Amino acid sequence: MDRKKIRFGIQAAATLIQNANIKGFLTGSIFEGATKSVCVPGLNCYSCPGAIGACPIGALQSHLSSMKFKFPYYIVGFLIFFGAVLGRAVCGFLCPFGFFQDLLYKIPFYKKNRFRIDKYLRYLKYLILLLLVIILPLTFDLIPFFCKYVCPSGTVAGIWLAAADSNIRSALGPLFNWKLIVLLIFIVLGLIIKRPFCKYICPLGAIYGFFNRISVYRMTLDKNKCINCGACAKACMMNVDPAKNPNSMECIRCGECVDACPHKALQMGFMPGLKKTEKTNDPAVGGK
Amino acid sequence: MKKYLPAVMFILLAVLLIVIGIILQQPESVFNKAVRICMECVGLG
Repeated sequence: MDRKKIRFGIQAAATLIQNANIKGFLTGSIFEGATKSVCVPGLNCYSCPGAIGACPIGALQSHLSSMKFKFPYYIVGFLIFFGAVLGRAVCGFLCPFGFFQDLLYKIPFYKKNRFRIDKYLRYLKYLILLLLVIILPLTFDLIPFFCKYVCPSGTVAGIWLAAADSNIRSALGPLFNWKLIVLLIFIVLGLIIKRPFCKYICPLGAIYGFFNRISVYRMTLDKNKCINCGACAKACMMNVDPAKNPNSMECIRCGECVDACPHKALQMGFMPGLKKTEKTNDPAVGGK
Repeated sequence: MKKYLPAVMFILLAVLLIVIGIILQQPESVFNKAVRICMECVGLG
């Protein structure tokens, strides 16, 4: 089975597992089992009727915006754990909202992935992480700014809950309309650009990106095999050049570059090239 | 193996943080938040 099919299968399974409370979708109620105290790796709103775990970004904001500040050891522990083991492979394999965007991009439509302001827009997610996820929730009590004003994953949950519950439907107002507009913008952008939310907005991807260079799951480049043909960079939908930086903070480990390489110079997986350290050009291990 | 040392250190740190969080009963606050509909998240609050 090829890599694309395997990844698609893992994404679908991860989405189903993280949203295994099928009964909730039918009744419009949310899951109240013990697993709700465990953070899931991807962006998956805990108010989604199917969610069986807690969204780490939602939990982090909720913790930071509580009246009495206590360092969120538990949530930060989960974020570091997922980051150190998988890095942004979480985005490529386990995130339900990433999977949703991959499905959107499959719809035939006008496509454009390379444009001038792309590299500047990438910094937006770090600003959002700092401002909406950390600083503002720390400053103002009980307001999870990112969830409230930006996160489209919560809007999807809201649509589902509103469809199933007339009380929620009657409570919809300007905030919901704003969030619906944000969701629609990302749906339209998702038809044109590969994973616009992951590239420019997602604070969870921003956190995991910091771990890409050191995570157990990573990519290595065999310099002896690489002929700098540029096939990997051309195949990359995240606009990364794996020949220059195989562990870029933007890489979501989709593996398109690995398949595109005519000389099999790129390897990706858990501890890839463990016995070939001297051949890699990964700067993290002392290469050039 | 040396190149994976930072990852191992971070994994150990993560486990330590999770254990501290459990001792401080932080999973309960995550649970309490996650089992109620988050009005802000779904666009009602």
